[in-house]
Amino acid sequence: MATDHSRSAARLMMTPAVILLLGWMLVPLTMTLYFSFKKYLPMRGDSLERGLDWVGFENYARFIRSSSFWPSVQATLMIVGGVLVITVILGILLAILLDQPFWGQGIVRILVIAPFFVMPTVSALVWKNMFMDPVNGMFAHLWRFFGAEPVSWLSDAAVPSIILIVSWQWLPFATLILLTAIQSLDSEQMEAAEMDGAPVLARFFHIILPHLGRAITIVILIQTIFLLSIFAEIFVTTGGSFGTRTLTYLIFQRVVDSQNIGLGSAGGVYAIILANIVAIFLMRIVGNNLDR
Amino acid sequence: MARAVTTRRKVLTTVAAWAIGLLIFFPIYWTILTSFKTEAQAINNPPLFFNFDWTLENYAVVQERSDYMRFLWNSVILAGGSTLLGILIAVPAAWSMAFVPSRRTKDILLWMLSTKMLPAVGVLYPISLLFVQFDLLDTRIGLILVLMLINLPIIVWMLYTYFKEIPVDILEAARMDGAGLTQEILYVLTPMAVPGIASTILLNIILAWNEAFWTLNLTAANAAPLTAFIASYSSPEGLFYAKLSAASTMAIAPILILGWFSQKQLVRGLTFGAVK
Repeated sequence: MATDHSRSAARLMMTPAVILLLGWMLVPLTMTLYFSFKKYLPMRGDSLERGLDWVGFENYARFIRSSSFWPSVQATLMIVGGVLVITVILGILLAILLDQPFWGQGIVRILVIAPFFVMPTVSALVWKNMFMDPVNGMFAHLWRFFGAEPVSWLSDAAVPSIILIVSWQWLPFATLILLTAIQSLDSEQMEAAEMDGAPVLARFFHIILPHLGRAITIVILIQTIFLLSIFAEIFVTTGGSFGTRTLTYLIFQRVVDSQNIGLGSAGGVYAIILANIVAIFLMRIVGNNLDR
Repeated sequence: MARAVTTRRKVLTTVAAWAIGLLIFFPIYWTILTSFKTEAQAINNPPLFFNFDWTLENYAVVQERSDYMRFLWNSVILAGGSTLLGILIAVPAAWSMAFVPSRRTKDILLWMLSTKMLPAVGVLYPISLLFVQFDLLDTRIGLILVLMLINLPIIVWMLYTYFKEIPVDILEAARMDGAGLTQEILYVLTPMAVPGIASTILLNIILAWNEAFWTLNLTAANAAPLTAFIASYSSPEGLFYAKLSAASTMAIAPILILGWFSQKQLVRGLTFGAVK
């Protein structure tokens, strides 16, 4: 049993991590909250030293009323939703395929996982220039080969292009987690079903899918949190034009480009609330898992 | 008992799996291949697969023009420094939560995780302001701190799940034999915890290396790591495919190799132990 001595020692050992994270969370959060109620345009002479005007919920209202707000919500939903649908569906299929016995399993696994380790700026630029460029990109070559007119992917089909790039980055994550989950499936159960003559589809819907339920939920929640804040992929490709200005990118532009700190902070508070709604569900699952 | 698999089915699976694997890997393969071409060959139509003059010139040019080594060094310092610092802070915390749990341990763990969910853009201005106040803008130490803090929850969690698997009986036995806290940690716990700590270090180096919000927003010339260096190829340099490829290959190669070693830990680390 833990003694009082070791218990107080334990508390002491936890302190640095707790204090650091507490500061990391509370200090910037308080500042964002404070700025969100202030008129703060540094370019127009507002400064912290001279004091900022209190504007109540003005920034919150203006952020929502602005003409770029709803398009940014739409862009966010399309990108996050699109990537989720693609990575989860392909991830399940790929995980099932990779779970079958075949020659070179180890190598194929490595090939499939590799995109996850590529830094976001590299994958975005490689896709943008070497694949999606309308003159010299690989897709342009392919299109011309089939006698079609090359497409300016990142301007004419910007949202699907971003979805493709981000899906490529996240498919390995979904596949790897779902594969891990499938491998924990009781193989005797599968065998029994197979011997009973259950058709492939029935086995999929009645055994594999229910077993994967929890893993799929986790993939969706974790990816949603990361996808809500994708930044570099948009920063180096479209810079937020052509309908790819997500909520994150809109807030970034308010703060950095137009230097409207009050407005950007109000947007930031919205983003924090949104992320927390997703996080609550994730935490519940992770928390339940701790008890077992 | 293993399921009986017909050879025909195994051949079909092999073909399908390899085809899909190669398709997914293709952009990386193509980047590496293009880095060895001349600029003219890089944009050749039809694309050249093997029949070109292999050259290392692009690598030399990239280093010469942009002082690539400085960005690489920054990446190494940032990823390594933030991970090391994070481990130093997280090991005691995870140890105490795993072996001397209290009623609040679970809440603390979940709360730590929740700080990870904070969208970075929501606190971009406050952090920039603090960086200006404390003269941290475009410094390595500032970035090391930020990267350490954003990954600290993951480090604590991973270590916690690894430490949880160490049998408590052994610690009890050591205590019976009169081992003090320090001895317990040094001689009993550490040897058993090393594999878990190593995996945690590995995953966090990868995450810190690829972090591309704070490294893009808080650095300029001095502390910029490879993520920012590559972003500077956005345009028009990005249209020099061979050079872009050489720069990209150098930026991803180290982490690709580390990553392949850490597949298993990746799942545990990124799902906070919920999938193992």
